Amino acid sequence: MGTATAFDVRKIRSDFPILSRKVRGKPLVYLDNAATTQKPQAVLDAIRKYYETENSNIHRGVHYLSELATKSYEAVRLKARAFLNAADAREVVFVRGATEGINLVAASWGRAFLKAGDEVLITGMEHHSNIVPWQMLRDDRGIVLTVAPIADDGSLILGEFEKRITSKTKLVSVAHVSNALGTINPVKRIVEMAHAKEIPVLVDGAQAAPHLRVDVQDLGCDFYVLSGHKIYGPTGVGVLYGKAERLEAMPPYQGGGEMILSVTFEKTVYNRIPHKFEAGTPNIEGVVGLGAAFDYLTGLGMSAVAAHEEELLDHGTKALFGVPGLKIIGTAREKAGVISFVMEGIHPHDIGTILDQAGIAIRTGHHCAQPVMDRFGVPATARASLGVYNTTEDLDALVAGLRRVGEVFGK
Amino acid sequence: MNDDPIGALDDLYQEVILDHYRKPRNFGPLPGADRSAEGHNPLCGDRIALQVRMKGDVIDDVRFQGKGCAISTASASMMTEAVKGKPRAEAEALFQKFHSLVTGGGNGAASDLGKLAAFGGVSEFPVRVKCASLAWHTLKAALEGSDGTISTE
Repeated sequence: MGTATAFDVRKIRSDFPILSRKVRGKPLVYLDNAATTQKPQAVLDAIRKYYETENSNIHRGVHYLSELATKSYEAVRLKARAFLNAADAREVVFVRGATEGINLVAASWGRAFLKAGDEVLITGMEHHSNIVPWQMLRDDRGIVLTVAPIADDGSLILGEFEKRITSKTKLVSVAHVSNALGTINPVKRIVEMAHAKEIPVLVDGAQAAPHLRVDVQDLGCDFYVLSGHKIYGPTGVGVLYGKAERLEAMPPYQGGGEMILSVTFEKTVYNRIPHKFEAGTPNIEGVVGLGAAFDYLTGLGMSAVAAHEEELLDHGTKALFGVPGLKIIGTAREKAGVISFVMEGIHPHDIGTILDQAGIAIRTGHHCAQPVMDRFGVPATARASLGVYNTTEDLDALVAGLRRVGEVFGK
Repeated sequence: MNDDPIGALDDLYQEVILDHYRKPRNFGPLPGADRSAEGHNPLCGDRIALQVRMKGDVIDDVRFQGKGCAISTASASMMTEAVKGKPRAEAEALFQKFHSLVTGGGNGAASDLGKLAAFGGVSEFPVRVKCASLAWHTLKAALEGSDGTISTE
């Protein structure tokens, strides 16, 4: 694989200070990237530089530092536009993360445009953050939540999905990549199906943005959300992309400073997009750090990232098949760097504890996707998830750790 | 925290614990039960349902159902063995000692605990304390007659 050989993983590892630390006396093997990624030095430096040389409130002061801070903050909007290939930087709204992005759409667009009986269509592989906001709207407004089922391999059953697009469907909201299964959904096809009936589509890109090149214009979606901390940026910051005409038509999400043009006690004139949706002093350091993360990933090249992780996924999947009693949950043909698995007679929690003793960090539990666990009849899974700095050695260490798990349990 | 990782694991997954995990005792429904409670650990999805039959103030019989990790299953199994036939107050006192043991709070608590002392290794694994104590919290709820589901969170 040409791109993968050009991908210098040793150099990349040296960019992440935390990877040189030991855990329980062992070198850290970090395979919990779907929960959060580690941060490169460039992100840490950007945050530090911001506080040491630019800290000020944005869009307010006429003074020098405020001008610098505003410039740094708005420069990241341009980077986000480029990263997602949005048509216009005004289509980028900074939020706390993918969860807040979905909640913003539910609260603002949902309350303005959905009424009792309207249907919101999701899939059976959604994270709780793409289920609960719609249930809240259901309880508040009487909308109906419909769910398209998934197949035994963890892929979306597209025919069943299409059947659920009815005359009452007013929004489709789907994960680009499943956090619990790794499945990559055919989002472009889904958008075509929905748009044929003039239904807008929200894409939860929290697990896709770290692994794939995302082009919102090519996908054609109306909204796209991502979390900064899953793409090597800080926690507490993310992006909501919305087509300009959608955002223009939406009422504000929260009221306060920044989101207004003028306020009297009688009347308030709201600011233009995207500022209309950014009430209050935002997470400036987070946005600045996120900008450095965009630069970092752009420097690596998302196609190269995807190729590297595909190679790891392939290596890991094959190696795990050799572990006695292990079963991978989620074997769709189109998958990103997530391997969810169970071991016969051994609870994922015990797997996690034993691996941790070897310095290997994975996630165990329901992954905030309890309906997925129910679908596959398991209370929980163990999940190894990949990032740019992972190596085949990390996956070999995982396999060795899992053999040790088997030994402890006498398998 | 664990300079000797392999040793810490052996302490946690002692043979008696693995044995009760593989072959839980007092597992299944309890006919004639007069008290029950459910325990849930949302962190790992573990659920246990506990049924108790009292004779006066004595725990005449106790059985459990459910599915969980090795620690929570073995703890439920060994708890049922430990409290069966004991007066309620004695069972509750045992829970206090057990709790001290798994949280690393009590020195010498192990000596009064008999087989349950095997759970001493849990104190090295703070995130697993909930697994070990789920069944005990559920028993307490059942004895107090507070029907419904108790949660570790």
